[in-house]
Amino acid sequence: MQYLLLIYEDQKIGATMDEKAQKDLMDAYWAYTQELKDSGAFLAGEALQPTATATTVRIRSGRTTTTDGPFAETKEQLGGFYMIDAPNLDQALKWAAKIPASKTGSIEVRPIVKFG
Amino acid sequence: MTEAGTPSSPGAWLEARRAIEDMVRDTSGRVLGALVRRLGDFGLAEDALQDAIASALERWPVDGVPANPAGWIAVSARRRALDRLRRRTTRVRKQDEVALVERLAREVEQDEPPDIPDERLALVFTCCHPALAEEGRVALTLRALGGLSTAEIARCFLVPEPTVAQRIVRARRKIQDARIPFQVPEREDLPERLSSVLAVIYLVFNEGYAATTGGLLRADLCEEAIRLARIIVELLPDQTEAEGLLALLLLHDSRRAARTDATGALVTLEHQDRSHWDRARIDEGRALVKRALERRRPGRYQIEAAIAAVHAEADRAERTDWWQIVGLYTALHSLVPTPVVALNRAAALAMAAGPRLGLQHLEDPAISVPLDGYHLLHSARADLYRRLGDAPEAARHYRRALELVTNDSERRYLERRLAEVTRDP
Repeated sequence: MQYLLLIYEDQKIGATMDEKAQKDLMDAYWAYTQELKDSGAFLAGEALQPTATATTVRIRSGRTTTTDGPFAETKEQLGGFYMIDAPNLDQALKWAAKIPASKTGSIEVRPIVKFG
Repeated sequence: MTEAGTPSSPGAWLEARRAIEDMVRDTSGRVLGALVRRLGDFGLAEDALQDAIASALERWPVDGVPANPAGWIAVSARRRALDRLRRRTTRVRKQDEVALVERLAREVEQDEPPDIPDERLALVFTCCHPALAEEGRVALTLRALGGLSTAEIARCFLVPEPTVAQRIVRARRKIQDARIPFQVPEREDLPERLSSVLAVIYLVFNEGYAATTGGLLRADLCEEAIRLARIIVELLPDQTEAEGLLALLLLHDSRRAARTDATGALVTLEHQDRSHWDRARIDEGRALVKRALERRRPGRYQIEAAIAAVHAEADRAERTDWWQIVGLYTALHSLVPTPVVALNRAAALAMAAGPRLGLQHLEDPAISVPLDGYHLLHSARADLYRRLGDAPEAARHYRRALELVTNDSERRYLERRLAEVTRDP
């Protein structure tokens, strides 16, 4: 079964980190990604630019509106994701808990729909 | 095996039906657990079991109860599952479903009585999975392990039946769609996951215990919670917190007959007629808590049970060993540092060392700030002022407690107290 692990975190945390803390965090993500790959669970994973770079598009009554910013202002923002393959939710939750941001932010675990 | 044939009177029919309902409740957890394991599909297994139970309730009062009731229900449920799968696979044929249908069809044809391995532990951990909403966990556990019908659960919790049905549907859908596994958690995860199971059982008990209105149906929830706790202790004999919870429930339940007076008003521990306490429950609860504590892995339920045991050991309220209770609340507070535990500790301290010291402790901002909207803080203050002989202060705090209380029998208790302290001297 495939799961998407959505990483939500207050992006101000990253912005106010000193260089050493930033490097440690990068190392932690690097090690985690490697562990996922070694186990065979890794399907994809990326970090996102901050929400200041986000643009939201909506079409209503045939008219396209394009606005600056994320679809909603929230205290924690989507900052990255992993897509993994896990036998069940318990295993997916274990992987989610190992993401460094689980200690400061929140990881939302969503099963992926398989059509057909 | 009972005699076949139509029962002679409506009374006999009702009696047969009640006996069948009890039997169904005792076997449904086992049958369901085995069926979920066999089918790998929680929702399908539950539906098939409900079908089988419905036909048992229809046929047994007329045909007589079969020699092996669990076997009968298991066979019938397997047939119903096959019917449901056949209907389903004609729409979307999935590879593994086709294989399952073929296997089941062979089994049903050969009419082998299925094995019923005990999968109740996997069942309860699935039903109480922390990824499910709490109310869904409660409803699912009561139905799957307790064998209660949706209608019975609705009546016990005083909510409409469709609400309960919807909670169950939502929980089942999540089990399926998010693939919540049907298994006993790994050893390292067991304490955390067990605490979710125990919390569900405690919640069921409290729902029954807090209710003094709604009559016997609600009290049944206490019985049900005790039955569930017994199953967990039986299945996980080395878990001291499970024993602690069972002991706690038994010790609380031992006071049930003495907790309300003839008018339904609450009678506090101090004023209960202790001859109405259930000795058998007390003895069993005390033995359990003793055995658990000797294993030196304390937890909140064991300590709460020990507190209840100290109360149970006093034949009169004045003989309560309050210093031991203060010590136990201090231990509990180190494990569960909540304002309510601190409030209870202060109340025990007042009993051990006098109302003045108790009042001083209640002024601790760690208690008085977060609990300002909680009626029991104000009634505790009121009781202490009353014991000091300060009627105006006592009355002021009883009035505040009355503004906040929601439970009827507690309200009647507070009103009586207020009347006592405002009576003309």
